[in-house]
Amino acid sequence: MTDYVWLIIALPLLGAVVLHLVGSRLKEPLAGYIASVMSIGAFGVAVAAAIPVFKGDIGEAEIIHLWDWMPSLGASFTIQWDPLSIAMALLVTGVGSLIHVYSIGYMHGDERFSRYFTYLNFFAASMLILVLAGNFAMVFLGWELVGLSSYLLIGFWFTHDLPPAAAKKAFVLNRVGDFGFLIALMLIFKHFGTFDFGVVLNNPAAQIAGGTATAIGLLLLLGATGKSAQMPLFVWLPDAMAGPTPASALIHAATMVTAGVYMVARTAPIFDLSTTALTTVALVGVVTAFIAATIAVVQNDIKKVLAYSTISQLGYMFIGVGSAAYSAGIFHLVTHAFFKALLFLGAGSVIHSMGGEQDMRKMGGLFKKMKVTGWTMAVATLAIAGIPPLAGFWSKDEILAAAFARGGVYQAIWALGLVTALLTAFYMTRWFFMVFLGEPNWDEGIEPHESPQSMSVPLVILAVLAAVGGLMNTPFFTGFSNFLHPVFAAVHEQHAPDGTLEYLLLAISIVVAVAGVAAGWLFYRGSAEARAHLLERYALRMNFFENGWNINSGYERFVVKPLGTLAEGAAEFDNKVIDSAVNGVASVVGWTGAKLQLVQTGFVRSYGVGILSGTIGLVVWILMSRGR
Amino acid sequence: MVDPSWYLTLAALLFVIGMAGVMTRRNALIMFMSIELMLNAVNLTFVAGGIGYANPEGQLAVFFVLVVAAAEVVVGLAIVVSVFRRRRSVNVDDLSELKG
Amino acid sequence: MQELLFAMGAAGAVAGALTLILSRHPVYSALGMLGTLFSLGMLYVTLLAHFVAGVQIVVYAGAIMTMFLFVIMYVGIDETLDTKESLRFQRIGALAVIGGSVGVGLLLATSKLFDWTPGVTVEAPLPSAELLGEAGTVESIGRVLFGTQRVPGNLDSFEPSGWLLPFEVTSILLIVAAVGAVALAMGRPKRRGSDNG
Repeated sequence: MTDYVWLIIALPLLGAVVLHLVGSRLKEPLAGYIASVMSIGAFGVAVAAAIPVFKGDIGEAEIIHLWDWMPSLGASFTIQWDPLSIAMALLVTGVGSLIHVYSIGYMHGDERFSRYFTYLNFFAASMLILVLAGNFAMVFLGWELVGLSSYLLIGFWFTHDLPPAAAKKAFVLNRVGDFGFLIALMLIFKHFGTFDFGVVLNNPAAQIAGGTATAIGLLLLLGATGKSAQMPLFVWLPDAMAGPTPASALIHAATMVTAGVYMVARTAPIFDLSTTALTTVALVGVVTAFIAATIAVVQNDIKKVLAYSTISQLGYMFIGVGSAAYSAGIFHLVTHAFFKALLFLGAGSVIHSMGGEQDMRKMGGLFKKMKVTGWTMAVATLAIAGIPPLAGFWSKDEILAAAFARGGVYQAIWALGLVTALLTAFYMTRWFFMVFLGEPNWDEGIEPHESPQSMSVPLVILAVLAAVGGLMNTPFFTGFSNFLHPVFAAVHEQHAPDGTLEYLLLAISIVVAVAGVAAGWLFYRGSAEARAHLLERYALRMNFFENGWNINSGYERFVVKPLGTLAEGAAEFDNKVIDSAVNGVASVVGWTGAKLQLVQTGFVRSYGVGILSGTIGLVVWILMSRGR
Repeated sequence: MVDPSWYLTLAALLFVIGMAGVMTRRNALIMFMSIELMLNAVNLTFVAGGIGYANPEGQLAVFFVLVVAAAEVVVGLAIVVSVFRRRRSVNVDDLSELKG
Repeated sequence: MQELLFAMGAAGAVAGALTLILSRHPVYSALGMLGTLFSLGMLYVTLLAHFVAGVQIVVYAGAIMTMFLFVIMYVGIDETLDTKESLRFQRIGALAVIGGSVGVGLLLATSKLFDWTPGVTVEAPLPSAELLGEAGTVESIGRVLFGTQRVPGNLDSFEPSGWLLPFEVTSILLIVAAVGAVALAMGRPKRRGSDNG
């Protein structure tokens, strides 16, 4: 069955091509059905091809060679089918299929309905290329393609002002990260002579020293910060909320932004050689997590809260892989995909029923009107806050425990991670209260209602996953870690501690989570006036957080404006200097032509003079040349 | 016979006179006759040169030049006649419409 | 004797040529041309090129000049030469060309700037007059045109020549010229409401 894994990529790609060619001629839901069928089909193939691995029939990774691309560089179209890629593929196709189905309902009535599904399928194919790749070149191909898909989907409603600008911002910031990624690839090629995973990741200590590994690791990290929205390149993700909400769910919550984490996990053998790089990864992760959480506390847009939350949770994943707890990081990736996608789809459900309203201050009391959404959102909120036995608790705790066990600076990371967990619980509770509980505060004419089944059924499925998904890797049953074990067998993986210490850390996490939820309940259970009163007391500090720690404006002042001036200067130069040089050439030609025109007098006799004088000259020249 | 170089000089002189006529006169017919004069000078050059190099092919060349000159005169005069019919003038300076 | 003949022929030729270019009446120019042609014929005789002399008189003076005179009569004989030159740089250009050509000629004749391979040297004088005269006869020219010819300097040799094709081509040329002249001079077919001229 593993011979057919290429179908996993081919099916969504086929869907994208077909929809691209004929999509505009299809009636509305048909494009959505085609795309969803392709996605579900890919999921089916992935499950079928994964069964042998689940059963343990296949120990090593299975490499399926498709065809040669750049054989001299060791880059072909090969699929590496091992537990890590299986986990990612199942996640992308599974959650992706749910989002495809959801989108059929959400995008109903949009004038570019089929184009949306073209992009969705194209994204799915690109992401699958990325996670199933067997060499770095293919990873990079997938990397760039998901960047492109993200651009297309963020700027989907390009007739408005904001989406195209947000899409450009995302793409440019990704590019900055890709710069680091490319240099890392060059270094890899220089030292290993090939891009193939089998060669590079198989005992890299034989080829490179610690310094090179640090360099490669840091450069890969730069690429990851761009793609996964970490410090300092995270500013594109909140703006990316200008795209359709299901797209945000898929790309900016569950899959594309996790590509960075996947990449660090995949290149674990190289990171293993450099504690500097690993520590940097973890530090970047925790700083990002903390900053993003503080900003999320003061956001009023329903999607922006989730965006900053995603950045924060991605930071957790980076803490995970940065502590060499690779399985833990991937585990959190999976659970986060469940509850973050769920949260986004729920937010989409709310926005859809509120006629496009996204400001949470104009919501409230929606629980009575939207039961299914409300209950699933409650599950999601508890999951992300880290309340056991829901998914988020197990994965977050494992990461923090592993960090603590590693010791040294990691214990500071653990502490800051705990503070962030507190903030996470707080702002998510705030989010839930402002939207679903309290007094209704919406505008006239808006009638909230429950969403159609195509939207609510995926919500329920995801809620179930968010509830029980965490149980696949608890300290009592490390199913997921065992599954991933063959991938990380060769590296020094950090595990959470056993015994009393583990239980102590567990207890601390629970206390923190409950405290956060309680604080949120205290602050936001009241009426709007009580809220406003409380906020006033902390207003001064809120401004700083609200402006995103002024990072965005910092970029504006120090990067965007100078570049803009430089670009204008270059344009001026082009106009004044280059264009005038070209025009000058043209006018010289014209002037020469005008002067030469005087030869054409029209009189035969002057032509005669010319001919005869030329003849004389010719005779002289012939005689002189033959004479010698 | 005299040294052929004298003949060549005479031919050169006739040639120059013919050139002057072509460049100076405005009457088409006189220009034409000046061209014929130049051709005749060339003929003389051929014959004298042939004798000078003891090569009978000089006279052969004259033969061909003569034939071509005859044909040229025929066509050229026909052109002059057509132009005269159109414009009632044989002044070549009037035919300057290709100016510029 | 030879020099005298040459002087007479040369004088006649030059006089005729000058009349040609300087005369105000086209008929006088034509007569000057005739004089030049006859003088040249005489010069050809002195050069022992009898065939060429004959052809010159018959074709050039007889046929071509006749045609010229016809056309002169047709276009009118009361043309006058305007001494005022209408083109600005024409006189200067003409003088430059003439001066240049005269200068080149003088250079050729007097200086050692140009290398010559003289046919007539002290070591290889001209063949005798009879032989040269024989080269100028019709028979000899016929031989060269159509068949064999004598190698220069070797009067006993015969070699095939390549002049037959050009000879035939010239006959085609004459036919083409005649047809072309007729076509040109015939004018346009008559139309209703004809335009000027």
